Amino acid sequence: MVLEMNHIQKAFGDLKVLEDISLCVDKGEVVSVIGPSGSGKSTLLRCATFLETIDSGEILFDGETAASTPAGHDRAVYAGKAEIRRMKGLFGLVFQQFNLFPHYDVLKNVTDAPVTVQKRDRAEAEETAMALLRKMGLEGKEHAYPYQLSGGQQQRVAIARALAGKPDILFFDEPTSALDPELTGEVLRVIRELAEENMTMVIVTHEMPFARAVSDRVIFMSGGVIVEEGSPEVVLGNPSHERTRQFLKNYSQ
Amino acid sequence: MTIQQMLAAMLPGMGRSFAIFFLTLFGSLILGVLVALVRKSRFAVVRGVIKVYIDIMRGTPLMLQLLVWYFGPYYLFGWSIKGWRFPAIILGFVLNYAAYFCEIYRSGIESMPVGQYEAADVLGYTRSQTFLKIIFPQVFKRILPAVTNEVITLVKDTSLAFTLAYSELFSIAKQISAAKTSFMPFVIAGVFYFVANYLVTFGMERLEKAFSYYK
Repeated sequence: MVLEMNHIQKAFGDLKVLEDISLCVDKGEVVSVIGPSGSGKSTLLRCATFLETIDSGEILFDGETAASTPAGHDRAVYAGKAEIRRMKGLFGLVFQQFNLFPHYDVLKNVTDAPVTVQKRDRAEAEETAMALLRKMGLEGKEHAYPYQLSGGQQQRVAIARALAGKPDILFFDEPTSALDPELTGEVLRVIRELAEENMTMVIVTHEMPFARAVSDRVIFMSGGVIVEEGSPEVVLGNPSHERTRQFLKNYSQ
Repeated sequence: MTIQQMLAAMLPGMGRSFAIFFLTLFGSLILGVLVALVRKSRFAVVRGVIKVYIDIMRGTPLMLQLLVWYFGPYYLFGWSIKGWRFPAIILGFVLNYAAYFCEIYRSGIESMPVGQYEAADVLGYTRSQTFLKIIFPQVFKRILPAVTNEVITLVKDTSLAFTLAYSELFSIAKQISAAKTSFMPFVIAGVFYFVANYLVTFGMERLEKAFSYYK
């Protein structure tokens, strides 16, 4: 199991955003998370990537405990700072807004974290980065700055950056929502290629046909709970819950 | 008195104006960073003190502050400190300008999108790595125009040292003008401030250009 999230609770003040959510992802599995806005799907990713702390529950990466709620505690306890920092090397996150570093060129965006954080050899990191950029269809762009690239190109750089740390699992938080429609295809194609290479991924998305094509499992969230979960054919094609049907119907209109 | 003689008499004043300028710039740019950091302290008392300091520095005339620093020790404590004039001037200028620079730094840091911090966090950067490698270089570029404004104001503000009868350029210009009933010293002083600011603007524009390789 690459990722295990068990009984996650998370509230912002009085607002419960995640209510007893459990999500386990096997090696090589592609899981899509769909649902209306405010359903908690982005918060779930942010909890998995330590951008938010959970109130209670359990998070494990590769069987190692990052956070747990011991018996008798009502709040989750996180592993030590150094442990958490090391575990950040186990995953990558691709943001909706790319969040590239504008003052670094493409190559440095991809290599800086491996060199600075993981203390990799610079030459080796650059070699890895160049191979990733080729794979992303960004050959020749390594010395461009983010502002010189289209949104689709920027997002592909962000994917390369997330992959450069050689993560075991990749998270996508609505990777195409900030893109013009004609640019989403190039990003989805890259993600699909990664799926074909059995990259473990969790994708929060609104692209239903894409989710259907690429996922091994689809999760439908609403109101902070998982309403329905299963194969894309079932959840997207023949959902058993009224709430899911309603969402998909609104979506296709 | 010929123009050459006037220039010769005013030259030491220009040197003293430069001294005030560079010492203030150096001191306040650094002190401003410290104030900006302390301003975000966990302790409400510390934050409160910093806020009062900034409010006073920005809310009262620099001329008045200079008088307080110079005469304060005597009137408040009965101390007469030998050679206190120049230190009092630098103290007054540095504390005043640091308050303004602190606010510029703060606005620059607060203008950074939260996504930059989050991207760095997920990639495993430590807090200090995030600040030094990701945040600070971008803040530096963002605040350059505001810093240029302050530096230009500082060039002109050095003339306020005349309040404490410190013979920098402006004081000397006034003296010569009064003694020789000539308008010329003011023209010379005006040209000096103008040229100094022209150079400041030129330098800062070059610096901004050097950082225009990204947006």
